[in-house]
Amino acid sequence: MTAPPYRLELRGITKRYPGIVANDDVSLAVKPGEIHAVLGENGAGKSTLMKIIYGAAEADAGTILWNGEPVTIANPAAARRLGIGMVYQHFSLFESVTVVENIAVATPGKFDLGALSARVRELSQRYGLPVDPGRLLHHLSVGERQRVEIIRCLLQDPKLLILDEPTSVLTPQAVRSLFAVLRKLVAEGCSILYISHKLDEIRELCDSATILRAGRVSGTANPRTASNSDLARLMVGNELPDIHRDPVPHAPKARLEAIGLSAKSDDPFGTDLETVSLTVHGGEIFGIAGVSGNGQAELLSLLSGERPAGADMVQLDGKPVGDLTVAARRARGLAFVPEERLGRGAVPAMSLADNTLLTAHAAGMIRRGLIDRQRVVGFADAVIARFGVKATGPAAIARSLSGGNLQKLIVGREISLKPHVLIVSQPTWGVDVAAAAFIRQSLIDLSRQGAAVLVISEELEELFQICDRIAVIYQGRLSPARARAATNVEEVGLLMAGVGPSFRPAA
Amino acid sequence: MSADLLVPILSGTVVAATPLIYAATGELVTERSGVVNLGVEGMMLIGTVTAFAAAFAGYPPIVAGLAAAGAGALASLVFAVLALSLATNQYAAGLALTILGSGLSAFIGHDFGGASLKAITKLHLPVLSDLPVVGPVLFAHDPMTYLALALVAAVWWFLYRTKAGLVVRIVGEAPGSAHAIGYPVIAIRYAATAFGGAMAGLGGAYLALAYTPLWVENMTAGRGWIALALVVFAAWRPWRILIGAWLFGGVTVLQLFAQGIGIKVPSELLSALPYVATIAVLVAISRNPQTLRLNAPASLGKSFTAQG
Amino acid sequence: MRIVLEPRPAPLPLMRIGAPIIALALTAIASSILFAALGLNPVKTLRIFFIDPLSTANGISEWLLKASPLILIGLGITIGIRANVWNIGAEGMFTIGAIAAGWLAITFGGGNHAWLLPAMIVAGALGGIAWAAIPAFLKVKANANEILVTLMLNYVASLLLSYLVNGPMQDPEGMNYPQTAPFDPSAMFPPLFDGMRINGSIFITAIAVVLAWLFLERSFTGFQMSVGGAAPAAARYAGFVQSRSVWIGLLVSGATAGLAGMMEAAGPLGQLTPVLSPGYGFAAIIVAFVGRLTPIGVVFGGLLLSLLYLGGEAVQMTLSLPASVTRTFQGMLLFFLLAADVLILYRIRIRSRA
Repeated sequence: MTAPPYRLELRGITKRYPGIVANDDVSLAVKPGEIHAVLGENGAGKSTLMKIIYGAAEADAGTILWNGEPVTIANPAAARRLGIGMVYQHFSLFESVTVVENIAVATPGKFDLGALSARVRELSQRYGLPVDPGRLLHHLSVGERQRVEIIRCLLQDPKLLILDEPTSVLTPQAVRSLFAVLRKLVAEGCSILYISHKLDEIRELCDSATILRAGRVSGTANPRTASNSDLARLMVGNELPDIHRDPVPHAPKARLEAIGLSAKSDDPFGTDLETVSLTVHGGEIFGIAGVSGNGQAELLSLLSGERPAGADMVQLDGKPVGDLTVAARRARGLAFVPEERLGRGAVPAMSLADNTLLTAHAAGMIRRGLIDRQRVVGFADAVIARFGVKATGPAAIARSLSGGNLQKLIVGREISLKPHVLIVSQPTWGVDVAAAAFIRQSLIDLSRQGAAVLVISEELEELFQICDRIAVIYQGRLSPARARAATNVEEVGLLMAGVGPSFRPAA
Repeated sequence: MSADLLVPILSGTVVAATPLIYAATGELVTERSGVVNLGVEGMMLIGTVTAFAAAFAGYPPIVAGLAAAGAGALASLVFAVLALSLATNQYAAGLALTILGSGLSAFIGHDFGGASLKAITKLHLPVLSDLPVVGPVLFAHDPMTYLALALVAAVWWFLYRTKAGLVVRIVGEAPGSAHAIGYPVIAIRYAATAFGGAMAGLGGAYLALAYTPLWVENMTAGRGWIALALVVFAAWRPWRILIGAWLFGGVTVLQLFAQGIGIKVPSELLSALPYVATIAVLVAISRNPQTLRLNAPASLGKSFTAQG
Repeated sequence: MRIVLEPRPAPLPLMRIGAPIIALALTAIASSILFAALGLNPVKTLRIFFIDPLSTANGISEWLLKASPLILIGLGITIGIRANVWNIGAEGMFTIGAIAAGWLAITFGGGNHAWLLPAMIVAGALGGIAWAAIPAFLKVKANANEILVTLMLNYVASLLLSYLVNGPMQDPEGMNYPQTAPFDPSAMFPPLFDGMRINGSIFITAIAVVLAWLFLERSFTGFQMSVGGAAPAAARYAGFVQSRSVWIGLLVSGATAGLAGMMEAAGPLGQLTPVLSPGYGFAAIIVAFVGRLTPIGVVFGGLLLSLLYLGGEAVQMTLSLPASVTRTFQGMLLFFLLAADVLILYRIRIRSRA
């Protein structure tokens, strides 16, 4: 019997969710021992497609062929029995139990944690994925967690491994060691489906690529030979929009300062901050890079006022505000865009109008304790128009907007408050390329009008695109800031991994 | 304190704790799967009336107990349809169950008004039951008292030593992840909820069959709610349920004895002690937010709907 | 085959009003089955339950008289639940409000003071507030679950009342019955019509409806509380103080429950007895849900639940069914309502799996 040409073949996969078609007649084929990229921007339908292959979602139409045979994959356990493993972008791990227990829940067979631990150790040696099976998961860094997910897949001796945006949480150096592991697997005959929107990675790693746009296959390519702009055009439909950036105005003044900010995390799984100091000037964008979980959440809560600090530790326009509440800091010109859109930056079940009232109420919307509806709707209308939010109007429910449109509304709302200082966390997470470019441009424009903008992001590409100075947060400490022109991705990457000049408080 | 007072107090404590152990241990499993069922009081009441009716009709206690467990589980499934399949607010669905359960139990029990049963026989073990002090306190109770202890041990073993128990815990922590790796979250929560219902039914049955085998409406008198508080007190760990239940049993029995020996405090105010004690322990355990963060199932009370 | 909840692209506002009607119809169907099982004619029984009580002027008076406290308490509970603050201790706050007002009535009742009734109104509200301050304080300062604390305090309040009417507040000429002396007319709401029990206290409820509407639908504080209930992280982000919502949610519902207790004592009861409320505090939770957590809706919810009480009394008298039939119906109604509410946000699809 000759081996079938493809390990996995999809034919005409279609999946509809209410209001959207996530996958429309998608076909692709993966050969044994091949790394096949699925490329597409956020919302193109990559994750849905992978869930269908892994049995976590059910296709409405189409066929899946496994080694040439049509199969029905009813659930992830069935996928694992076939030999399909999946590493989720946001992981499918459990904080409160140990590494080996995390692995046991996805491993068939006898429930013997001792024997399983031994196998985990053996695999982790063989592939260079160091991890201690007895540790509680919440003690692990993001990189270690990914290793746990990968080992969990490898235990089942997979024939096809799916990785969904595996590098979004890794330092550049960790990405390299991940690639080494993947190449080793491929050499042993495993196939890999590699989902990403990062062109450079795909070029470095993958043998072939299927590109998705708006749920449909827009083309296939050999990533080694195709040019960046070819791939980008297939992904986005046109060239990547340009970002326009004026030079920083001279004689800037300090608008936001953190001075020796230290705090114990109030989350038992969080990171303590140690003497973080930074200065953001009017007219500039200051970026903080770092793998998530290194103190970003704690720093943000102290800067925004959700947690109080010592009065002098946080200064707005030279005045101490560290002991002030969120409301009092907002009254002094601080605005803030959190990383979670639904549930934090916006109330999912409320209208867009009510969601502008959320933080813009001081803009004349309240009279004698009562809400002036007309003003609220007027403000919302203005934000929707100026920032190109696609919605039926101010009465639309926040939950019904796409990620990009809701983010435009939130960023637009905060910018419309004409803040002196704007703090933005993950400005373009899960946002489509066009909206991301628009948001980045809006931040640059705001800064050039004299505001100080602080951006915290895990995307180095983004930080290098819009920031004037960049610092790195690692284990609760902040590196000295570098001018963008004086540093590069490699150096920042080393700092993100805790390597490089010591993390001493910046002057 | 002399032994002739100590013995009935300690022995009474063990008895008073038993219905709480059943109801709280059941609810603990339910909550470990991420579901808060505020209907414990209602399910207990349904258990009392079922057990009473069965025993009244002449069935042996074991049948009455099983019937009560079945009725409690059935009642919990009504809650489960709402809170799990239809993803309604769990608090509201649980309250509805408590209101419905108390109404139904009074409605069905209407005809039993004032009727009484013969309490289930207490064990008499040779030698052990006759030991001074230790005998009557530890070795002369009815079988359901011992079964309650076995239940706690079994639940501990299940949660921490079996794969199924591990799965219940991860479903309570991150249902989305559990679904992503292929566990039927809703079905697992159904099972955990039904177990909680069955145990609440048994706790109710204990009241009717052993504790006060005389029909009165609302026989549980808030024990279902105290059981809910016990789960928090226990920080979701089975063994601590025992400590909590004995503590409450002790308070209940002590105030009864205080009333009996004529302490100069109005009996109504003494009767309020168990409820005040519940508040006190809730405050004591909740004061440190870290305790709850580290022990409470992370998705407790949150609805889960699978996309797919 | 399996049942799948499919989110609607946008919520269906019509279902918000439709759901209570569906729930009522389902309750009627389920109760018909129950009646038929008991050997009663369902149509006749439903008529006795839902129609007959409202067929006389006095019936209407009784209907409004019972609806008034239900609406009042329901308003307070609504304000709390909007902020995700669950007060299930209205029963206890009701009791303490009645005790506070009753103490004034007994102490100053002989003097025919014009200030007595207004003072009792204030005392009733303050009594409820004081009782509600306990769970509010414990929630804010010690993070103690308000559901369990308010519930426990129901039992404490009920035992306290029992102690008082058996002891310090007992009627010395009452032949040792556990009750206080009857209130003086100056300590009671005057009836609106001769021969009927409906009295001036319904105006308090009417004013409360308007105030609650203003607060929830128009005030910024009401908006802040709703944000805290719908998305606590968004409230923290926007700088809304969560503990303020807890205080307002509990104290307002304490005030309305205490007022309702005072109105009941200074109205139809005219004295304090060991049991003051036929479960109004719990029924008001259903009122709030039937009322879609809106003040106007609560009026309809209160009227419906009041009718359930009247119907329960009617079948108790004419068909000698147990009083607990009311509670059973209340439970069913809430169940069916919660189930029907799913249709606001979801479509129910039945899918077969290949």
